[in-house]
Amino acid sequence: MPLFHARVQVTLRPSVLDPAGEATRAAAARLGVHGVQRLRIGKSVDVALEAPDLAAAQAQLELLSDRLLANPVIEDWSLELAEAA
Amino acid sequence: MTIGIVVFPGSNCDRDVRWALEGCLGEPTRFLWHEERDLTGLDAVVIPGGFSYGDYLRCGAIARFAPVLQEVSAFAERGGPVLGICNGFQVLTELGLLPGALTRNRSLHFLCETTRLRVEPGACQWLQHYTSGEQISLPIAHGEGRYQVDPDDLQQLADRGQIVLRYVANPNGSVGDVAGLSNQRGNVLGLMPHPERACDSATGGIDGRRLLELACG
Repeated sequence: MPLFHARVQVTLRPSVLDPAGEATRAAAARLGVHGVQRLRIGKSVDVALEAPDLAAAQAQLELLSDRLLANPVIEDWSLELAEAA
Repeated sequence: MTIGIVVFPGSNCDRDVRWALEGCLGEPTRFLWHEERDLTGLDAVVIPGGFSYGDYLRCGAIARFAPVLQEVSAFAERGGPVLGICNGFQVLTELGLLPGALTRNRSLHFLCETTRLRVEPGACQWLQHYTSGEQISLPIAHGEGRYQVDPDDLQQLADRGQIVLRYVANPNGSVGDVAGLSNQRGNVLGLMPHPERACDSATGGIDGRRLLELACG
């Protein structure tokens, strides 16, 4: 079966507080980087998936993203998918 | 009466719940390993606190796929009483048995303290031994206890009387000061505080007894 590589980006929904991001933003100033207007922390998940074809891989990764990798109550997700070279 | 206590890899309050139910209240319990599918003979199910699956990905995110929880969901559908404590509350929200999500405390600190709560029992079976507006003290011990839900949903929960426990002095930034939530039917309760740690005066308080007594019918 062909192998597909995907990268799923999971980000906090804009309405959700991100205290870890805020703490990191404060630390940026201590590093001498001023002017950071916004800093939000998300997750990047790399997946290598065997599937019969691109459509099947897409469907499985959407399921994975929506039901496991992200919690839709607090997170958005996006997916980049390509067949492995 | 027998109470089932779910045990995931990483659960660590399962024995405290057994101690509170059996030792303090004299009720038999049965541990339910996460792969268990047989819930026969159980009158209530408790999902205890801890760090199931190491809190990997998100607290409760992986636990929600455990085989035992399919049976617990069916049990709840049939009206069976289900109680989620701390990590158990997180699991119930990931499972969708309760709305919303639990996130990192606003202060980023792990909170380990006794906190005052206001009880509004409403239709919640688990809180029937408390009076409306009563204030109690229970211990909390969590790093991810900040309740999050959209404002419209929060309003709906409040209107339906599902916000059954609120922090008096909100320690973690939970919207609506939500410390505990019931489903509409009232048989499922999730709360961040630990009632099992307040069942014996030797541990500093007994405000949790009346909650766990309801497991015993």
